[in-house]
Amino acid sequence: MDRNNQKKQGEEPRDRSPLLWGLLFGIIFGFFLQKGGVTKYDVIAGQLLLVDFTVLKVMLSAVLTGMIGIHFMKTMKWVELHPKPGSVGMSVIGGLIFGVGFAVLGYCPGTIAGAIGNGYLDALIGGTIGIVIGAGLFASVFPKLNTGILRRGDFGTLTLPQLFKVNDWIVVLPAGILIVLILYWIESAGL
Amino acid sequence: MDWLTETRWSPYVVGIGIGVLSWLTFLISRKPIGCSTAFARTSGMIEKLFGGKQIEQKMYYQLVEPVIDWEWMLVLGIVIGSLISALLSGDFQLQWLPSRWENAFGGSVMLRIFTAAFGGMCLGFGARWAGGCTSGHGISGTLQLAVSSWISAICFFLSGIATALLLYYVVA
Repeated sequence: MDRNNQKKQGEEPRDRSPLLWGLLFGIIFGFFLQKGGVTKYDVIAGQLLLVDFTVLKVMLSAVLTGMIGIHFMKTMKWVELHPKPGSVGMSVIGGLIFGVGFAVLGYCPGTIAGAIGNGYLDALIGGTIGIVIGAGLFASVFPKLNTGILRRGDFGTLTLPQLFKVNDWIVVLPAGILIVLILYWIESAGL
Repeated sequence: MDWLTETRWSPYVVGIGIGVLSWLTFLISRKPIGCSTAFARTSGMIEKLFGGKQIEQKMYYQLVEPVIDWEWMLVLGIVIGSLISALLSGDFQLQWLPSRWENAFGGSVMLRIFTAAFGGMCLGFGARWAGGCTSGHGISGTLQLAVSSWISAICFFLSGIATALLLYYVVA
């Protein structure tokens, strides 16, 4: 009942509390990113050069923790999932273009905000301006792409449990075990 | 409170912290953590500033309105949170050239700035093409077991690793 009230309040346009929650969550997120060292070019480039596995350790342990908690809360009907739509044209080609930028810049859209807070001027002056221009260019070509390549091999907001037509936990448990095994392997390889 | 002034935490502590944070954003804000849409909104706001109102007619900005929203504030918060953490540990430093970059590509600030801007353009373009970034797809999407996010995240890293190896072992 409380949750329903909260939902209605959140949708009123004059309610500013979502913005404040966003700011608060962002501050905590940025604090974690900096403490993890992933606001640094050297750490991110080190991951892509396969000499420093900090980024993967942070991401995989976040995914493991998040996955179990979110699916537990979904099972309890406390939350709903918000999976993003995708298609082969979107996810593969967009992902490959993103990867080039990821390596050339050495930050990503979240960690670059953390890099600015850390004092890194290549992030502020070079990278951020580039990302804004890149996003603007995409907005300009979007109408053309949207009738063509972005729709190739469309699979919408499909999730893995829906794809395999099984209960969420049938995917969560092996995915969790796989993540633990990968992390164990990284650690035992001394990376 | 010594842990607040430490320069680095274990990546596993940080990862678990981000995972728990994702529970809270789902519970309280009913949103997954994501960052790249905020840059698209900013780009729309800047175009609006210079180009007047016709910007709102652009198809993309009807889907992604050029306004300050929850996610935009989240990205602003990241800057502040990182600044607080860096100041507490003494890790804050104004720096143009990352050392790994400087060792491979030399001491030119202009080269770094232009490369960063070009990389940023690919990153912003690609993130909007794929509909998310390392946070939105890489963490929030994969933890929801979304097919789009697993494919995108794998492509981010495959392409990122190939490009980084090319840059450092062929170009440099």
